Amino acid sequence: MTFNPVTVVALPDRSASWSMRRHLAHLSDEALVALVARGDEEALAELYDRVGRVAYGLAFRVLRDDRLAEDAVQEAFLGVWRTAAGFRAERAKASTWILTLVHRRAVDLVRREERRRAEPLDDETRDAATSGSAEEAAWLGFERERVQGALRQLPDAQREAIELAYYGGYSQSELAQRLGMPLGTIKSRMFAGLARLRELLDEGAEEGSWKPESTS
Amino acid sequence: METGIHELTAGYALDALDPAEREAFERHLVGCDRCQEELSSFWEVTGALAVAADGPAPNAALRERILAEARAEKQTVVPLDSRRRLSPVLAAVTAIAAAVAIGLGIYSISLSGQLDDTKAALTAQESAAAVLADPTATTVALQAGSGRLVVDADGAAVLVLDDLAAAPAGKTYQAWIVAGQTPVSAGIFDTTDNQAIVSIPQVVPNGAVVAVTVEKPGGASSPTLPPLAASEPV
Repeated sequence: MTFNPVTVVALPDRSASWSMRRHLAHLSDEALVALVARGDEEALAELYDRVGRVAYGLAFRVLRDDRLAEDAVQEAFLGVWRTAAGFRAERAKASTWILTLVHRRAVDLVRREERRRAEPLDDETRDAATSGSAEEAAWLGFERERVQGALRQLPDAQREAIELAYYGGYSQSELAQRLGMPLGTIKSRMFAGLARLRELLDEGAEEGSWKPESTS
Repeated sequence: METGIHELTAGYALDALDPAEREAFERHLVGCDRCQEELSSFWEVTGALAVAADGPAPNAALRERILAEARAEKQTVVPLDSRRRLSPVLAAVTAIAAAVAIGLGIYSISLSGQLDDTKAALTAQESAAAVLADPTATTVALQAGSGRLVVDADGAAVLVLDDLAAAPAGKTYQAWIVAGQTPVSAGIFDTTDNQAIVSIPQVVPNGAVVAVTVEKPGGASSPTLPPLAASEPV
C-alpha cells in the first residue's frame, strides 16, 4: 500500500526563533514525535511551540470558550505524549495528527456542551496575527488566505456543509435536519466538497507554495 | 465507487459521523486500502482548514500547564517505548492506541497475524486501544511484575505486561480483580514475545488490585498460586 499524501499544509520552520534551544530546532515535526515517544519533554515543548498556536485557534473556533479550548488542546497534547510511540509518519504528518486529535476532542466537547455555533468569529476574537514572530504571523496570514480563498471557490452548498461540520461541530445527521436535506445529500456534498478543496489546494501548492526561509 | 461507506471518508475526516457510523467506518477502514489512502489525503485538507480557523492565540500559561502535566504523568508511566525496542505485538497495540486516538483503526492490520480475526478479538483490541489512547486514563504501576495497568474514568482497564514468559506447557495465565475477600476472574490469556495486552472485561473499582496467576487450561474459579504480577490499588 502506498500513500501519496498531498502537501497542503506545511507548518513554518521556526529555526530562527528557536535557535537558542539545544538541537531541537532543526528537527522535523516527525523526529520530535519520535523523541516524545522516548519521554523527551523538551521535544514535547518544541512541538507545542510549533503547533499549539494553530491548535488553540482551531479549538477556540469550534468551542468559543477559553477554558474549553484550553482543555481540548491540553488533552490532545497529553494524548501525543502518551501515544507518540504509535505515530506512523507514512499515514499523516505529525502536525496533521496533532490537529486531528485537537479537532476530535473539540468536537466531542462542543457536542457535550451543546454550544455549537456556525457563525465566523467576530473581529475582536479573531486573531490579528500579531502574536509570535513576524515570520510566523506572515506565514499564518498567507496560509489562511490561501485556504480561505480555496473555500470561497467551492459551490455554496459544499462550503456550507464543510464549514458547519468542521468549524461548527455538527454531525452529518444534525446537518441534514438543520438544513432540511436528505442525509445522503449531505454526505455527498461533504465528499464532493472535500475532494474539490483538495484539488484547489493542490493547484495552489503547485503554483508555488510560500514558506518563510530559515535564517539560522 | 464513490457512494456508500467509501463516501463516509469525508465525514470521518471532518469528525462529522455519528457514533454508530463512525464505528462502522473504522471497521471498514481496516480492510480498505483505498479509504486509508483517501483518508490520509483528506486529513491534509482538514489540517489546512485548521490553519484557516482564524482563532485567537493561546494564553502562555497553557504551555506550562501541558508540560507540567506531562512531567507529572511521566513519573508514574512506564513509557511504552523506553530505551529498548518494542516487540512487534506491543508496538502493534501501541500503534492501534495512537490510531484510535486519531480515530483510525487501520493499524489493526498489523495484529491480524497474531490474534484471532474474530469480531470478539477485534472488539477487545479496539476497547484496549481506546483505553490506552485515552489521555484522561490513569496509569497504575505494578507492585509485582513488569508493566502497567491503565484505567479510564469509567473503570475500563487494560493490563500491559511487558516481561512475562509464555505460560508453562499445559498451563495458562489468568487475570483477577481483587476488590474484597474473593478474587474475581478477569479471563485467561497468553503472552506473545513475553508480552500481553489484557483487556479487563469488568469494571475495576477504586481500590481494587489486578493480579495474574498461572492456572490450569481454561482457568480456575479462584487463584491456586501466588500472583506473578499485580498492580498497585487502583
